[in-house]
Amino acid sequence: MKPATFLITFINGLQLGSVYALIALGYTMVYGIVKLINFAHGDILMVGSYVVLFMLTTVFAAQTLLAKIIAVAAAIIFCVVLGIVIDRVAYTPLRSAPRISALITAIGVSLALQIIAQLIFGSEQIKFPAVIINETIFKIGKKPVKSLPIITCIVSVVLMLLLNLFVNKTKPGRAMRAVSEDMGAAKLMGINVNNTISLTFAIGCSLAAVGSVFYAQKVGYVKPLMGSLPGIKAFIAAVFGGIGSIPGAVLGGFVIGMLETFVNYFASEYVDAVVYGLLIVVLLVRPAGILGKPMREKV
Amino acid sequence: MLKVEGLNVYYGAIHALHDVSFEVKKGEIVTLIGANGAGKTTILHTVSGLVRAKSGKVSFLDKDITTTEAHNILKMGLAHVPEGRRVFSQMSVQENLMMGAYARKDKAGIAEDMEMVYTRFPRLRERYRQMAGTLSGGEQQMLATGRALMSRPSLLMMDEPSMGLSPILVSEVFEIIKAINASGTTVLLVEQNAAMALSIATRAYVLETGRITKEGSADALMHDDDVRRAYLG
Repeated sequence: MKPATFLITFINGLQLGSVYALIALGYTMVYGIVKLINFAHGDILMVGSYVVLFMLTTVFAAQTLLAKIIAVAAAIIFCVVLGIVIDRVAYTPLRSAPRISALITAIGVSLALQIIAQLIFGSEQIKFPAVIINETIFKIGKKPVKSLPIITCIVSVVLMLLLNLFVNKTKPGRAMRAVSEDMGAAKLMGINVNNTISLTFAIGCSLAAVGSVFYAQKVGYVKPLMGSLPGIKAFIAAVFGGIGSIPGAVLGGFVIGMLETFVNYFASEYVDAVVYGLLIVVLLVRPAGILGKPMREKV
Repeated sequence: MLKVEGLNVYYGAIHALHDVSFEVKKGEIVTLIGANGAGKTTILHTVSGLVRAKSGKVSFLDKDITTTEAHNILKMGLAHVPEGRRVFSQMSVQENLMMGAYARKDKAGIAEDMEMVYTRFPRLRERYRQMAGTLSGGEQQMLATGRALMSRPSLLMMDEPSMGLSPILVSEVFEIIKAINASGTTVLLVEQNAAMALSIATRAYVLETGRITKEGSADALMHDDDVRRAYLG
């Protein structure tokens, strides 16, 4: 592998890793607070890209900068509202039910979102418009470095730093940590637990909506099932890093993204095998994940 | 101040509380004593809204709070130090105390109470940046108590504050409860350590398998033959 190729692949790895990390954060935060693997989270990514597509093709005639900004904002707002509604309608009634019930419900919600998207937009893939400028910034040797991967990384890292500040330094952030550690004790502090859970879904879904723009533009199309694969990969990333751990999700996202990109360069047919293989190894060797803390089940 | 009337609580098919009635008046230390599994913790959980009653009524400051949500009950001035402390182990001591003041908005008052808690518990001041999970059992009990005081409660409910503590720490904890009461906070204390509880309480109730079987002044119960035989050894 030539140094130039290595650098380009590295940047692509960071790009994919950023997207996985953004999605993985949604998985890990929701798991941290309600102990639910929200399998519908990948489909939020799909919904986000359809909203952007709809805004830029049906609502606005011209794809001006303003139109693009409004389209992305609309996707974020739509996904946030959708996430909160899904939680209130599908998950809240199951809060004290066995965990498996909520898990099955999450799979059901995932299927429902996919089928609704198919009913509205059809099942074919549709070209995704360029939302973010993707010009060559500079060249390494003869290889161009484009702006999309760079912007993806910068925006994602900024969002992760903001999230970190929010969770650790603000009052609602502390409330989220309190609910995630001990829901009963959090109630005794005067925390409205349901609102805090809604906030968690809202943050996870807004990150997924941002990720959806980066992901859809990277692959170049949208389709109703497009959320499944990145959803699963991001879930693996969250488990790899330690589900429930925010730094773990970021670490896992970048590791999986990087691994996938490099394996793809050498032997593209093995990408999924290697990623799933890594999951199996982590679950065998360190089931709590790299940054996760081994948890005792509360009795 | 707190009035519980005809409370019945079920866990699934298990009838945990049978027609429990009791009262806490302003300024008192009232204790509920009874063996493990008698339903003491269930009573506190029902009062603070973590568990719902099947029938009966809980009123606090003359308002019916039977179906009020836990976070709103706290805001009315009723704080609960749960069994096993349940401090937020992944947060620092200072953050735990801030969680206690979560429902308040008066910054000056919060700072004042933080100072009051640190004065009452100097050990917490020494360790204000330490993760709560790394504190000793006694320190965690102080933190859980301080955290509850941060909401500036008019009624403080404490569940088994002596559990797992050495005898010296146990007397220290009871001195603290007396001091908190002396500074104007009414206390409802649940304890297995009946001797200690009765020694500081104004009045007491004895709980057996979900029923209140005796009540009276702490002094009277301390000299009651049945109570002596069953709980004071």
